[in-house]
Amino acid sequence: MRRRDLLAGATMLAASRPAFAQFDPRLPEGTRQIARMGAPPGKKDLIELTDRPPNYETPLDAFRTAITPNDRFFVRYHLSVIPDMDELRDWRLEIGGDGAERSLTLTLDDLRRDFAPVTIAAVCQCSGNRRGLFQPHVPGVEWGIGAMGNARWTGVRLRDVLVRAGVKPGALEVAFNGADSAVVEETPDFLKSIPLARAMHPDTLLAWEMNGEALPHYNGFPLRVVVPGWTATYWMKHVNRIALRTTPEDNFWMKAAYRVPRGLFPTDMPFASQVTTGNEPITQIMVNSLVTNLQDGARVPAAGFDIEGIAWDGGHGIRTVEVSTDRGQTWRPATLGEDLGPYAFRSWTMRLQPGRAGPVQAMVRATSNAGQVQVAQLVPNPAGYHHNVIQTLEVTAS
Amino acid sequence: MRTALIAAALALAVTTVARAEEPELRPGPGRDQVMDNCGACHTLAYIPMNSPFLTQAQWTAEVNKMVDVFHAPIAREDIPAIIAYLTAQYGAR
Repeated sequence: MRRRDLLAGATMLAASRPAFAQFDPRLPEGTRQIARMGAPPGKKDLIELTDRPPNYETPLDAFRTAITPNDRFFVRYHLSVIPDMDELRDWRLEIGGDGAERSLTLTLDDLRRDFAPVTIAAVCQCSGNRRGLFQPHVPGVEWGIGAMGNARWTGVRLRDVLVRAGVKPGALEVAFNGADSAVVEETPDFLKSIPLARAMHPDTLLAWEMNGEALPHYNGFPLRVVVPGWTATYWMKHVNRIALRTTPEDNFWMKAAYRVPRGLFPTDMPFASQVTTGNEPITQIMVNSLVTNLQDGARVPAAGFDIEGIAWDGGHGIRTVEVSTDRGQTWRPATLGEDLGPYAFRSWTMRLQPGRAGPVQAMVRATSNAGQVQVAQLVPNPAGYHHNVIQTLEVTAS
Repeated sequence: MRTALIAAALALAVTTVARAEEPELRPGPGRDQVMDNCGACHTLAYIPMNSPFLTQAQWTAEVNKMVDVFHAPIAREDIPAIIAYLTAQYGAR
């Protein structure tokens, strides 16, 4: 099947669905008008924001489990030309660059055969997740809460592959390119780099499996980079070229895009080779949480009800999730669920017993094992990154 | 030259990426220039999605980014009409 047929099929599927979802009223008015339920091939029941390039968000109901199902996992592309599955079956991975002792060309079979397999549960979260909730609004893809997902990624350590190519003493960054490209040849191709130390970290992977199955087409088949704890911009999909570099990558996507004001957000590993006087690349995910079983406006029993959700951070793991029903004066700890690892969603639950009818307000805040706490007020930044404001859920007891 | 460039870009878009069903943009002066130019590389849904909150200066910055950074094959003489349309129909209220 050719790409055109696949995409045409996706469009018909999307168009045949009624726009039944109630989209978040905090999103821009125009976003709520164009958003609709839909999905590209291999996916189902996502929120379509744009179909060319494909940008599809995961709705709240898919976060009821700490592992996000593959067919509900969000999709995000910058550029519109995505090779189809037939083209990707001819895929090869090339490794080289001026910081490598030698060049390598590897197939998926080579990776499976020659290197030790590793599986890590990790949240893949778009840098701009919740951008649409920024006030004032900022331009970009106007995501709600669902430009994220948590999966078990299986592959090999990037470090092991780099060592096979030989890391020269002067190596500074490791740059990734994927098989997707732009309609216009002159458009900067989507290229990303990470510091050498992050590339050599034992948890940084080249993954071909997601939750025990081959990567879905639109999540990077056949191989993607997995950088646990860092935002998804570095998790290159369809990765086919890796370069050890002795100089900083100076492509638009590193130099100008995905930047935050310098020092505004904490990180364990500042991206030193890319820092300028004013800004620096986004790196680590901020501590965050989400109520997954209730939405604003829900009716709940006054005698008692459960509030449930997930919490996550940039790799330290979750220390506590606390709930306040008195506008933040007092907080009580929720019960944490199974620990799937420091990079994963951590489920949590708490029983609330309002005891009388009327409005109930529940604020939720997560704290990481590093002591990082969700913020009370939005931290404004031009590109709309790192929204981790404490959620305030408004429901009605009866 | 301009027409040839745009035609080439559109032809490329059609052969490599299916033109999906597009949202209906609001009528107004400049809509033809927007539809002829902006839809070559991405769905026109990007326009209403980013509304109504961008000022004329912000829409200008977005269009300039498409031309100067992404090298969208947009004729220079169409740029004022595109910015005027986006500001009037999809700008901050």
